[in-house]
Amino acid sequence: MSVLTEHAGASTGPQTPEPATVKAPSRAPRGVLQWLAEWWVLIPLALLLAWALLPGLFTGQDPITGVPADKFLAPSITHPFGTDHLGRDVYSRVVHGTSQTLMTAGLACLIGSVVGTLLGLVAGTAGRFADTVAMRLVDVLLAVPAFLIALILVTATEPGPLSLGIGVGIASIAIFARLVRTEVLRVRSRDFVQAALMSGGGYFTVLRRHIIPHIIGPVLALLAVDLGAAILAISGLGFLGFGAPPPTPEWGLLISEGRQYLSVAWWLTTLPGLVIVLAVMLTAALGRRINQAFRF
Amino acid sequence: MGGYIAKRVGQAILVIWLAYTAVFLAVQALPNDPVTIFLSTDAAADPATIAQMKAYYGYDQPLILQYLSQLAGLLRGDFGYSLSAGAEVTSRIGDVIGSTLVLAGSAFVVAVVLAVALVAAASLARGARLRKALLNLPPLFISIPVFWLGLVLLQVLAVQLGVMSLFPDGSFLSLAVPILVLAIHLSAPIAQVLLKSVQEVNAQPFVDVLRAKGAGESWIFFRHTLKNAAPAALSIAGITIGTLLAGSVITETVFARAGLGQLVLQAVTVQDIPLVQGLVLLTAAAFTLVNLLVDLIHPQLDPRIINANAGPPRALAA
Repeated sequence: MSVLTEHAGASTGPQTPEPATVKAPSRAPRGVLQWLAEWWVLIPLALLLAWALLPGLFTGQDPITGVPADKFLAPSITHPFGTDHLGRDVYSRVVHGTSQTLMTAGLACLIGSVVGTLLGLVAGTAGRFADTVAMRLVDVLLAVPAFLIALILVTATEPGPLSLGIGVGIASIAIFARLVRTEVLRVRSRDFVQAALMSGGGYFTVLRRHIIPHIIGPVLALLAVDLGAAILAISGLGFLGFGAPPPTPEWGLLISEGRQYLSVAWWLTTLPGLVIVLAVMLTAALGRRINQAFRF
Repeated sequence: MGGYIAKRVGQAILVIWLAYTAVFLAVQALPNDPVTIFLSTDAAADPATIAQMKAYYGYDQPLILQYLSQLAGLLRGDFGYSLSAGAEVTSRIGDVIGSTLVLAGSAFVVAVVLAVALVAAASLARGARLRKALLNLPPLFISIPVFWLGLVLLQVLAVQLGVMSLFPDGSFLSLAVPILVLAIHLSAPIAQVLLKSVQEVNAQPFVDVLRAKGAGESWIFFRHTLKNAAPAALSIAGITIGTLLAGSVITETVFARAGLGQLVLQAVTVQDIPLVQGLVLLTAAAFTLVNLLVDLIHPQLDPRIINANAGPPRALAA
């Protein structure tokens, strides 16, 4: 997982930067069409967020109690994703599971980005000793697979979204710290930073006014990609049974439940999985878009 | 060169030691000791039994003694005792690691081959549309959950077509499909980095010179570009070891294979902390050693790397 996020930038692809999309935002109001062409990815992501916040708007069916007579119905108009072994509508379970998955992934991203960014800033600006200490810490975090960090926490406490989110979050600290450090080192060698320091700017002022605005783009891009990676990690751990306990709909858990009926109902595993794939691809696309928008 | 090697080896030892210390401290930070946590799943654990077991496994000693004796044990290759089986952690891991190594090792090789083939095809493809389709494969691969791909393949191959069994039966497909699933997941980051590196190399003037001299595209790619782009892909291949382990655990679960994955899940489910501790240390050590190896091979491929690191940066000040 960590690899996925670390090289988010690598997937920018070979398309040569088109001057039209890369140029600094002009003052004239841009057309809606152009905005759409650049940021269309926000629309499906907003839909996903709406699923998480207001699941009732998108499905009228109960995700927890099913209609036993309707069990194992194949996908149809009334049940777009079919029904499971208890006659519950799978689409409604996916919609209701969004908040669980997104909240856990969001918690993980929050921990990873905040702690990682602070660590990276300290490493890049607070001197050689701080850099050595911070980077060895990052090495240790990198050496233990994200998956195991989450598992240690789950072993020590109890399975659940909170320990899962914290565990996945701790694991993603390292990549944020490395990215921020690299970016800080790149920016601080520029003349304007030297000029600001020479003309008497304090440490925090220079950091806030001159360094952070220049590194925020890549960090935001990584944040988007990391959200996707966290969704993947969390659904993987949920699949293994370390997330929310069974009656709760959660994406990974849904697939793990459907696995038992693999031979009778293909839709129980395939369709929720497609939603995960789409969600992760959308966050990756958002990450690429942010990277392009903030390219200097 | 000698200084570089010594520095890398020193760093690797430091990281393994720090990882051990971090895990030890994390275990100490728990509200209870491993024995009490392990027995807490029992309905009525007798306090006397807990005390006896704590004394037996040495959890009643002062912290610093526990730390030092465990560290000394590690140096001798002794990872302590698994609480759930009463066997040594090393023997429990040793029993199952073979099957995981076969899966993970083959998947790694297949992933590298897949990544190189993908990048070669994308670089040499004639049509712009085909090229674009190939370039979109790594981002797609990376977004597919391992467990889902495994289940879909099982669904198609075992349930719909009936050419493989739902459980491992020693046939070719029952090994090849898990390897492929893991390899697809693993190949994506390698392909992405290799692709970026190939593009950087292709932008260099020597490629234009080669082309002007009449070299063919595939000659340039295989004889020159790939050779120069390989070091970057090598570093990322080292970092994927962690992904490989997590992927193996999930793949083994999906395909009901015995291996480290099952052991990890068991250890977590019964809260066998010494076993989890041993597994974490083992993976941290494996990760560090592989990356040490990568660091040592890297200068052979690209000598510039030794002088590239200028040391840690100074504090931000005028």
